[in-house]
Amino acid sequence: MKTYINGIGCVSAQKTFEGDFASAFETHENLNVLSVEAPPYKDYFSPIAARRMAKGVKNGIVASTIAMKESGLEMPDAIITGTGMGCIEDSDKFLKAIIDNNEEFLTPTSFIQSTHNTVAAQIALGLQCKAYNFTYVNAAVSFESALLDAKLQIDEGEANSTLIGAIDEMTDYTVSLFKLAGFIKKDSEAVFPVLDSKTSGTVFGEGATFFVLENTRKSSTYAEVKDVEIINEIALDLLAEKAEQFLKTNGLSVSDIDLLITGINGDAAFNDYYEALTSQFAGTSQAYYKHLSGEYNTASAFGLYVGANIIRSQQVPQILKSNNLSKPQYKHILLYNQYRGIDHSFTLISHVETP
Amino acid sequence: MEALKQELKGKIIEVLNLEDIAVADINDDDALFGDGLGLDSIDALELIVMLDKDYGIKLTDPKEGKNIFRSIDTMAEYITAHRTK
Amino acid sequence: MKVAITGMGIISAIGNSVEENYHALINSEKAITRIENIRTVHADVIKVGEIKKTNAELIEALGLPADNNFTRTALLGAFAAKQAVKDAGISDINEYKTGLISATSVGGMDTTEKHYYDYFTDESLVKYISAHDGGDVAQKIAEQIGLKGLVTTISTACSSAANAIMLGARLINAGKLDRVIVGGTDGLAKFTINGFKTLMILTDSYNTPFDNNRKGLNLGEAAAFLVLESDAMVKKANKKVLAYVSGFGNANDAFHQTASSENGEGAYLAMQKAFKLANLKPSDIDYINMHGTATPNNDLSEGRAVIRVFGEENVPDFSSTKAFTGHTLAAAAAIEAVYSVLALQNGVVYPNLNFETPMEEFNLIPQTTIKYKNIEHVLSNSFGFGGNCSTVIFSKS
Repeated sequence: MKTYINGIGCVSAQKTFEGDFASAFETHENLNVLSVEAPPYKDYFSPIAARRMAKGVKNGIVASTIAMKESGLEMPDAIITGTGMGCIEDSDKFLKAIIDNNEEFLTPTSFIQSTHNTVAAQIALGLQCKAYNFTYVNAAVSFESALLDAKLQIDEGEANSTLIGAIDEMTDYTVSLFKLAGFIKKDSEAVFPVLDSKTSGTVFGEGATFFVLENTRKSSTYAEVKDVEIINEIALDLLAEKAEQFLKTNGLSVSDIDLLITGINGDAAFNDYYEALTSQFAGTSQAYYKHLSGEYNTASAFGLYVGANIIRSQQVPQILKSNNLSKPQYKHILLYNQYRGIDHSFTLISHVETP
Repeated sequence: MEALKQELKGKIIEVLNLEDIAVADINDDDALFGDGLGLDSIDALELIVMLDKDYGIKLTDPKEGKNIFRSIDTMAEYITAHRTK
Repeated sequence: MKVAITGMGIISAIGNSVEENYHALINSEKAITRIENIRTVHADVIKVGEIKKTNAELIEALGLPADNNFTRTALLGAFAAKQAVKDAGISDINEYKTGLISATSVGGMDTTEKHYYDYFTDESLVKYISAHDGGDVAQKIAEQIGLKGLVTTISTACSSAANAIMLGARLINAGKLDRVIVGGTDGLAKFTINGFKTLMILTDSYNTPFDNNRKGLNLGEAAAFLVLESDAMVKKANKKVLAYVSGFGNANDAFHQTASSENGEGAYLAMQKAFKLANLKPSDIDYINMHGTATPNNDLSEGRAVIRVFGEENVPDFSSTKAFTGHTLAAAAAIEAVYSVLALQNGVVYPNLNFETPMEEFNLIPQTTIKYKNIEHVLSNSFGFGGNCSTVIFSKS
């Protein structure tokens, strides 16, 4: 059976929870950490219901609600999420309390919220959904693992509809650690372009992006998900060959790809992988997104949100373009991502005629 | 005990992060759990820690909380009888 | 749908290898002790299933360089995964489409919690920052076994490793992988000790699964991995098959974030799914390795679910092995998978230790002494926070 993206909900550093796609996109090159543009949470749940919800849980519930509403899905056959670090705000809070209070007077809420599958669990609780419920926590392929699992379920006829999502949070403490470790660009650089950056480190972000994947086409269908592959390590000189193999198993070659979307994140230390692909696909239209979403383990879900919108509208907004080529039609889009040289993923989506 | 009851209402709102609720909204004999305010077993654990931290009362069996936390009235009575702080 | 198991590796409080674990199980040698490797104010009021090897000893056993940034969870995982790969007779791990599906709940927290403030004053600790997340554990294991391919991690609390086994089996059946290393690992950490303490579900003594006076669980630490291979791979290399994964199911209780529902709905649904997939009936099960954490809530809920599935008069021999090892969280379903395979191979039902008084709610008496009999099918349950309920059925043939 085929896998269609029929609904998307996105909470990000851009105003993506409402309005036309890309209409409110803005770059902030003076920031090396992008915080979420918060949706009106009160429209989605009461403050009492939210009393112990972590930031990631709130964003996840909003994004999943939007995705389900758009697709008209009421009860999924599976709920699958991906997160790189889980709800770290609560995790940091509990840890700090342990250390500061010498293990006394600790309360359970932040511990419970720090378990990685809490978003998937709370969505299931809210929907009273007793179906399959998995959470993947594997750095930059956390979301792709969820996507792969969901597609496998639909391929094998185990599910007709799945709700999948990606969630990650940023906190002050983690930002300070990442700056210390050199994962985030140095404050002293003052300007943080993501394209053609000469310095190491990235611009960090946070967000939640959810998709409804089903085996039927609807008027809300964005795209067909053709394939997704995850590889933990690829030698640089073998990357181009890997990309070709991936396309070949799907009956395509480099020239069939109308748009390449990469997870370019401004980290010069690991940009050679992205450079290898952008030159392999030099004849294709190219786009990027992490200057809008920021980098985080599941930012590639924002990339899929971007790709799905582009393939449905058949237009690439200027703010997303990373080269000057346009195509008359966007039939096949290839997404590629990696983080710090490992956790590579290829995702292939194709245009679909909607009924 | 009146002052303690008002104090407890404020603490419950703060400790449990009940954003849209004011002290005036909670009546002394309102059911806190189940149908009343709608608190659950995790909230009960939070209140058990509050009893220890603010009033020096240590509960070892979480099931004891069921009766103590029935309402502001029952909480105030229990605390008055057992507080060590 | 059967998927062959061709290798296993394990390290737990009761042993550093498959043989050592089996020896402890058949000799009722539980390993619930006072915590030694971690300084905690709770040391007098908890007991744990601690692996007595220190991180330094594990580093030496793995032959790691001095400047490594392995967390305890990663050390344990690598230790067990290497054993499994060796046991399966794999020499060139990348020769076929091979994957690694790991599971963890602690990740690198065992290390992060030691250096929370120190990172900013001690430069030598900065290397551990990248080792905090779950993904790092899997990547370290992959590097240790030399694997380049599909590597991912599942984190659904205490059902994690069962879910890793499930995904592995599905990927093999769908032809996406020829073989896959599946399992889980979790090291003890102050974070989890304190977390469970706030939920008031730890016992200050030895855990007593399915006992009417049970007070809670003992935490433990462990790692275990199994190698699953396709029929084609087994035939090609004429591999010895240890047992089969013949059925599985995952369902959500959707009742509460940490507690299980009164009638064990999620557990019931997971078991039903597993039977359906395995094309087996409840009467085919010879032994149930229960989740059996000895919390008041779990054992009641799981007991009810088991009765719903099997009928109170027809529940097969069952026991929880957590009285031996403690509750090893994301590794639990993996070590219990190893124990299930050993049960099939050796025809043994392990004793449910520390049992004295039957639960008053129903008539379920666990097997309290070791019992030898032919075992064709074992059902293994693992339930995690967030209502995550998983069942795996293992079969001899």
